[in-house]
Amino acid sequence: MIDKTKELERWAQLLRYDVVRMISNAGSGHPGGCLSAADIITCLYFKEMNIRPEEPDWPDRDRFILSKGHACPVLYAALARRGVFPVKKLKTLRKAGSFLQGHPEIHTSGIDMTSGCLGQGLSVGAGMAVAAKIDRKFYRTYVMLGCGEMNEGQVWESVMCASHFKLDNLLAIVDYNRLQFDGSVDEVLSPGSMVKRWKGFNWNVIEIDGHNINEILPAFEKARNTKEVPTVIIANTIKGKGVSFMENDYLWHSLMDRDKLAEKCKQMKKDMENADSFYAKRLW
Amino acid sequence: MYKLGDSIPTRNAYGDTLVELGRKNDQIVVFEADIGKSTRSAIFGKEFPERYFNIGVAEQNEMAIAAGAASCGKIVFVSTYAVFASMRACEQVRTFVAYPHVNVKICVSHGGITPANDGVTHQATEDLGIMRTIPGMTVIMPADAVSTRELVIAATQWDGPIYLRLTRDGVPVIYNEETSFKIGKGILLREGKDITIIAIGDMVSKALDARDILSKQGILAEVIDMHTIKPLDESIILDSVRKTGGVVTVEDHQVECGLGSAVSEFLGENYPIPIQRIGLRNTFAESGEYELLLKKYKMSVDDIISGCFKVVGRKKKKR
Amino acid sequence: MQTASMRSAYGESLVEIGQKNKNVVVLDCDLSKATKTSLFAEKFPDRFFNMGIAEQNMMSFAAGLASCGKIPFATTLAVFASMRPCEQIRTSICIGNMNVKIGAPYGGLCTGENGPTHQCIADINTMRGLPNMTILAPSDATSCKACVLWAAQHKGPVYIRVLRDNEPVIYSKASEVDVLSGNRLKDGNDIVIFSNGFTSHMAVVAADLLEKEGISVTVHDIISVKPIPEKAVISMAKKCGAVMTVEEHNIYGGLGSAIAEVVSQKCPVPMKILGVSDYFSDSGSHQSLLQRAGLTVENIVKQTKSLLNKKE
Repeated sequence: MIDKTKELERWAQLLRYDVVRMISNAGSGHPGGCLSAADIITCLYFKEMNIRPEEPDWPDRDRFILSKGHACPVLYAALARRGVFPVKKLKTLRKAGSFLQGHPEIHTSGIDMTSGCLGQGLSVGAGMAVAAKIDRKFYRTYVMLGCGEMNEGQVWESVMCASHFKLDNLLAIVDYNRLQFDGSVDEVLSPGSMVKRWKGFNWNVIEIDGHNINEILPAFEKARNTKEVPTVIIANTIKGKGVSFMENDYLWHSLMDRDKLAEKCKQMKKDMENADSFYAKRLW
Repeated sequence: MYKLGDSIPTRNAYGDTLVELGRKNDQIVVFEADIGKSTRSAIFGKEFPERYFNIGVAEQNEMAIAAGAASCGKIVFVSTYAVFASMRACEQVRTFVAYPHVNVKICVSHGGITPANDGVTHQATEDLGIMRTIPGMTVIMPADAVSTRELVIAATQWDGPIYLRLTRDGVPVIYNEETSFKIGKGILLREGKDITIIAIGDMVSKALDARDILSKQGILAEVIDMHTIKPLDESIILDSVRKTGGVVTVEDHQVECGLGSAVSEFLGENYPIPIQRIGLRNTFAESGEYELLLKKYKMSVDDIISGCFKVVGRKKKKR
Repeated sequence: MQTASMRSAYGESLVEIGQKNKNVVVLDCDLSKATKTSLFAEKFPDRFFNMGIAEQNMMSFAAGLASCGKIPFATTLAVFASMRPCEQIRTSICIGNMNVKIGAPYGGLCTGENGPTHQCIADINTMRGLPNMTILAPSDATSCKACVLWAAQHKGPVYIRVLRDNEPVIYSKASEVDVLSGNRLKDGNDIVIFSNGFTSHMAVVAADLLEKEGISVTVHDIISVKPIPEKAVISMAKKCGAVMTVEEHNIYGGLGSAIAEVVSQKCPVPMKILGVSDYFSDSGSHQSLLQRAGLTVENIVKQTKSLLNKKE
């Protein structure tokens, strides 16, 4: 377990580097929410999810929807690092002609659904889970939501729906970094008790530290073993995690200072090269 | 199955056809937003409960769920009322159905003012226009029960999203079962030489009535059933207007953005001639009996006739 | 060439009308820094409501405010101000002709890099079918201000499409701008170009180039897509005998469509509708997306010439 943890931590660090590099290169994007999600995305794509990088459309694969679609750079990075497409493509993010769109779209290899217009991903995930039930297939559907996104009424429509249909093959993950575009979730539209809300809709609720791999993986396992009800993981995270000046600063929801980010990018590269030979051949 | 002249709500034909399709194809799945008895999808639900999901009064959720199921290979029918599919779930249709181009067939009852007595909130008179401007959408309204059956069957074979609009109240059956229908191909119902009437949905039978009266007054009108408003059948329009030189469009919809607008855009760029648009003139209608509403809002057979006279007059002036 | 940001003008104009009229309230869906309603929020915190990411709720909420005599400016990105809460706008606002103003920055392709989910080429059409709605698409910061001032005076729903970047300045004073009839930016006889938004400036540059080749072009900036200034449109179509429309919108349902409806009814003449040809665009700079759509000075020049060949 210890070795696996260490390995996943290294991949997560690499994804963080990719995100900073991609957004710095693109000149726009949303770093804060990518970094808060990086550890969970790593655990999903490097351990939990059953996918075939060489066959991204494999019908029996597990599905993932990044309902908080603006954080797609971290997802693109995970897909590239798993070999769904070449890592060098990451530098085309948000450029004309690239398949790496500013928000995820279904035509990109490895992306299971268009998203980015907030509040809709869990509904889509419920549809996928229903399809699996009809077909008696065993693939699971994972949906990551942002906490700001949960302002949308549609989220609660889908929450009710998933428990009503007993979608135990659906896992929702809330990246609970407590910040949205205009400020903290409490300042913008107080969410009340996140745990109680989901419990009220009869979900199995697991609360974890979303940056601790030794909490993330067991939560996934518990979810898999829970029958008859859907599970939500409330992952307490830090927006901008891993880049000191971004941490817990809502202004870094989107790119604030390109030069500062470019500077950070160089610094990260240097530090990572020195720290571990694992990174040396993988940095760009 | 349906007799010429019988008055049948096209939603009934939709429900019957769904069951027929469900028996042949186990990939067909139906989602409903709590009004299955009204949209007639409940008939399908009764026979195939394992492929029928009532999502509750949550149309946006319904649309996105449908997109998810379609992305896994299902042929998905979404049932609700036109107002809620096109407007409540407008952005979901755009972002999750049209943009990913998934196989979701949105079949909606209560199109136009056919839910007459239900009132404005349930009368969708902007939906065709809204759906038409979303890239990748195919937008259809069949004229009667026979064409509804044919076009719903065609929809299952069509690659990509479809918006198909149905009537709540009865409309006369105008086709016999030998007529063949293709999505995107209009039907030349009557030939003529003086003017072309292009109609859609419940207004097609009104256009035929108008044509009968006009012919007694010396005007021979060509009548086209433009059941697919997008993609628009450009060749049938061009062939017709080259003969007639004038057009009246007739739709149970706002005169802005819908069929009249699509025809005006096309002919403006390709064959500029006088056009008169019949439909709701930038107003919400109200609750009331269907025929009375048509009269009050200037969409009746008489209004189609006077529209034709206007265009024929303008044609003469031009010469 | 002087440029100014339309969305800044939007935010500043809100402050201006907020000072004059205490009934003006501003709502935003968690994007106040981007939409510039933050300017109003700083000045009048008691009359500013951050609704969170819940556009549908915002529109119905605004209708409630309006019913109590307030003049709400409900603001969010164009796609979320038109399509997401479409039915709420219809049901809560338009059916009752409520005095709600919808401010919609980031219309058209100007969100560029954010990709098609956040670009909006269908907003004008989505709103245009709605009875009682007025749709304004200003072409620069000055006319944007004029639209906000006009909307605050007008009783009934108004949708104002605002752009994001620094746009060339066309008008020097807001009082010069005729919001309803539109404004003649250039006078000519061979063809009339109706445009709005970012493309009006392009149309003027194209007309100047065409003039050097002996082609005389009228450019009319149509700010109000609904109601469309029918009289002005007809008289110019009659005078010039050929009509081109240019807009940052789908070729279906927008300005081109509104002009086609009027022209075909009253004086059918050859037309060309320039815009996004019914596709979802992709991520890229605003300029590159305009290029792909053929919304460039060069293409306007080219299309004008080919349209002239069709004139009788």
